[in-house]
Amino acid sequence: MIEVKISADELDIVSCLAISKDLESGGITSFIGSVRNHSKGKAVVRLDFECYEAMAIKEMRKIAEAAISKYAVRNIVIQHRVGTLYPGEVAVIIVVNDGHRDSVFDACRFIIDSLKQTVPIWKKEIFENGEEWVSAHP
Amino acid sequence: MKITVLGFGIAKDIFGSSEIHLEVNEGLNVSDLRSVLEEEYPQLNKLKSYMLAIDEEYAEDSQIINSGNEIAVIPPVSGG
Repeated sequence: MIEVKISADELDIVSCLAISKDLESGGITSFIGSVRNHSKGKAVVRLDFECYEAMAIKEMRKIAEAAISKYAVRNIVIQHRVGTLYPGEVAVIIVVNDGHRDSVFDACRFIIDSLKQTVPIWKKEIFENGEEWVSAHP
Repeated sequence: MKITVLGFGIAKDIFGSSEIHLEVNEGLNVSDLRSVLEEEYPQLNKLKSYMLAIDEEYAEDSQIINSGNEIAVIPPVSGG
């Protein structure tokens, strides 16, 4: 089972676990990415996330499909938040489950690494005196 | 032909708008469109890189653009 979602509302790990619940899966991993209060030595006030939603959904689904064919895991949930987020808030949740633990650790790592490379989502860091689109410039 | 190009993230700031409209030659490919965009918006050259998407898929340089396509500039992504 694959479930991918872009949401302007708060993400919730418990509901992600519920969506992916599978009595045949004994190993469950999750990754939660949250907003740090600092970046490159500067205090972060907030992050603004923007996305190309239709394409982001397609790319997230491709990553989940690739993870299933590569690691043969049973269920994957990927949820990403958009809009304004403050330090401590959750930006992304990934849950993977399968019969045993090895595949789910590998798949979860693969999914977050791939998401950061290909899914069209952008974050702007807002500092006390300035702002910057992350990774935009060399 | 007339095309619309969507801009996201820093590309939206460079365009000054979430979409721009261009008049381009028929048979234009992705690489040609990059040149047109970079001429019109030289700040695109200052980015680390950027991709073009056609109909919500990353496009190859040789891909031909049609007027009905949904075209988007995808600056370096930074989700997660």
